[in-house]
Amino acid sequence: MSTDYKQMWESLGMDIKAHDELLEVLNQGYSDIYLSQKNRPEGMKYFDFVMSEVHGLRIKELVDAKKQGKKVIGSYCVFVPEELVIAADGISVGLCAGADFALEQVENYLPRNTCSLIKSAIGFKIGKVCPYLECADMVVGENTCDGKKKAYETLSEMIDNFYLMDLPQIKNEEGKKLLKNEIEKFKNKLEEITGNKITAESLKKGTEIVNNKRKALHRLQNLRQEKTVPVSGLDALLINQISFYDDPVRFTDSLNKLCDELEERIKNNISAYPEKRKRILISGCPMAVPNWKVPFVTESVNAVIVGEESCIGERGIRNLTNDNAKNISEFIDNITNRYFLIDCAVFTPNEERKKNIIEMAEKYKADGVILYGLNFCQPYTMEAFPLEKELEKRNIPAIKIETDYSQEDMGQLQTRIEAFAEMI
Amino acid sequence: MITAGIDIGSRTIAAVVVENKKIISTKLAYTGFSPVSNAQNIIKNIKADKIIATGYGRTLFEHHFKSDTVTEIKAAARGAFELFPGTRAVLDIGGQDVKALSLNDKGKVIKFEMNDRCAAGTGKFLEIMADSLGFDLETFGEKASSFAKKITISNMCTVFAESEVTSLLAKGENPEDIAMGVHESVSKRALSMIRRVTSSNQIFFSGGVAKNICIKKILENYGFEITAPEDPQAVVAYGAALTAADNLNGE
Repeated sequence: MSTDYKQMWESLGMDIKAHDELLEVLNQGYSDIYLSQKNRPEGMKYFDFVMSEVHGLRIKELVDAKKQGKKVIGSYCVFVPEELVIAADGISVGLCAGADFALEQVENYLPRNTCSLIKSAIGFKIGKVCPYLECADMVVGENTCDGKKKAYETLSEMIDNFYLMDLPQIKNEEGKKLLKNEIEKFKNKLEEITGNKITAESLKKGTEIVNNKRKALHRLQNLRQEKTVPVSGLDALLINQISFYDDPVRFTDSLNKLCDELEERIKNNISAYPEKRKRILISGCPMAVPNWKVPFVTESVNAVIVGEESCIGERGIRNLTNDNAKNISEFIDNITNRYFLIDCAVFTPNEERKKNIIEMAEKYKADGVILYGLNFCQPYTMEAFPLEKELEKRNIPAIKIETDYSQEDMGQLQTRIEAFAEMI
Repeated sequence: MITAGIDIGSRTIAAVVVENKKIISTKLAYTGFSPVSNAQNIIKNIKADKIIATGYGRTLFEHHFKSDTVTEIKAAARGAFELFPGTRAVLDIGGQDVKALSLNDKGKVIKFEMNDRCAAGTGKFLEIMADSLGFDLETFGEKASSFAKKITISNMCTVFAESEVTSLLAKGENPEDIAMGVHESVSKRALSMIRRVTSSNQIFFSGGVAKNICIKKILENYGFEITAPEDPQAVVAYGAALTAADNLNGE
C-alpha cells in the first residue's frame, strides 16, 4: 500500500507506526500464504487487489462516502442484518478481529483465557490499527457468547458510538419475538443515525443486493462440491472474508465472473491442486482476516478444504431473505425469519447445526471434518464433543483442533492435520 | 530391497535400516541444536533404495535431503503393527509429544490423540522433574518405584509442576515420593488420552518414555496389558523404513 494513505489514516486517529508494522506482517503473510499458491484462477486477481488495498483504497472509498453523508456501520457478527444497513443507505463492514495485536495491553482489560477473536477486537482498538473501526459511525455489538457480551462492555468504554443488539439463546416463539424486537430497534437506530427513512422500496433493494451477494457465494460453494476442486480452500475463505468488507455489488459481480471461470475450469478438469487430495470440511469458529492458520496448514499437506461450516462461510450466508413483502412489517418478519435460522453455537439446544454439518459433509463429499475451535471459545469447543461422536457414528472421520492466533503450535498442528489426512 | 527410516524427534534422532522387514541396523543420536547436521551424520553411511523421514524434523529433512515424509503417527502405527501383529492401540511418549492411537485389524490408524502444544506429560516433563529432584533420567523410574508415601502432583504444566516440586521439597517431602507423584501424573494424562481413542486394554508402548519402568508399572496397575518393544525409541523410524518399502512395493 502506498504512503498516500498516511494522511487519511492520521485523520482517522490511527497509530501510523503500529499500523505500518501490522501491514508489513499482513503483506508478508499474504504473500507467503496466498501469492505462493499455484494454479490459481485468474479471477482471484480481483480479490488479491482488494486484499492489497484492504486498509487503503477501500477505506478511502468509505471516507469519501462519509463525505457524501453516508454512514458506515461496523459489526462483529453475522446476526447484524446488512439488508437494513443498505436500506438506510449505509455501508456495512466487518470489523478487524483476526490477528493478535497489543496482546500485553489487552490483558490489562480482559482475562488471559479469552478467545483470540475477542482479544483481537479489543487489541485493534487499543492499538488504533483498524481503520474500519476508526471510521465507523456506529459499532454494533451483539449478545452472542458471554466473552463477547462482557468484552463489549469494555469496548463501549473505549468508543462513543457503540450500539448493543440483544439476541435470543433458545429457538422458540419468545426467542423469535426477542429477535424481531431487536431487529426493529436496530432499524430505528439506523434511521436515526443515517437520517434516512427505511421504506419497503429501500428494503427491497437492500435485500436484493444482499441476496445477490449470498447467491454468488452459494454458486462458489456449489462449484466446490464438484469432484474437480476448482479453487483452493484458502482462496474460498479469502472470498468469504472479503464479502464482509467490500462493496457488495462490485463484490458480487467479481465473484460471479470468478464462478464463470471456475465452471470452465471444472469442464476442463483444471483443479487448484492437480494431485488427488483429501477433501476436508472445516467446521466451527469464524476465521476473520488474516486468520488463515489452519487452512494454510491443511492445504500444505495432502488435503484441500472444500467447505466452511462457519460464520465466515456457510453459516453466514446459508439462507436468503424472502423479499416477497408488501410493507415494512412484512419485511421485518422475513428478516427475522432469515436470521433466526442461523445455527450459531450460542443457541441451546442447537440440533440444526448438527444436521447442517452432516448435510454439508455429504454434499461436499468430505473425506473428513476438522472441528475447529478457538481456545476458550466455550460454545464451539463444547459442541465439538457431541459433534465428533455424531460424525463418527456416521463413519465420517473428525478431528478436534483447538488453537489461537499464535504461531507456537504450528509444528504440532501440522503433524495432527497431516496424520488426519493420512488416516482418512 | 533396502529402505531406511529416520525419525527426527525433539530429543532423539533414530535411524533404522530395513531389508525384507527385518532390521539390519539401528542408530540413535541426540537431536541437539543442529538437527540437520546430526541427521546427516547418522545417515551418511546408510545405503538405501529409499529413505523416509518422520518426526517433528521431517520437513526440515525433506528440504535438505529431498526425501519423502510420513507423520510420526502413521509411522508409529506401521512400526508397532509389524513388531506386534494384532496391535490395536499404541501409546507413544516421546520428548515433546504424547500420542495415543487406535488401529484397525489391518494396522491402519482409525483414531488418534496428540498433545496440542505444551510439554505436559511428555519425556521433557519427566526430564525437567528428574532434574529438579536431583535424579538421573535413566534411573528416575526406579527411584520413583521405591516410594513410601503417596503424593499428588496437581499441575500438568511443566513450569508450574516444577515449582510445585520445589515447594514439596521445601516442605521436607521425600524426593522418591515426589518422583512417584510425577510418574502418576504423566501416567494419568496418558491414560486419559488412551481412553479417548480406544477401549482396548492391550497397549503397545513406544517412545523414549517406554524405557521408564515406573510408567509401565503404573499403567499395568490400571489394568493395561503393556507390550514394550526392545528398543522403543526406534519404533517410529522402523515404521518409516517399512513405509518406504511399502511405497516402493506400490502399496
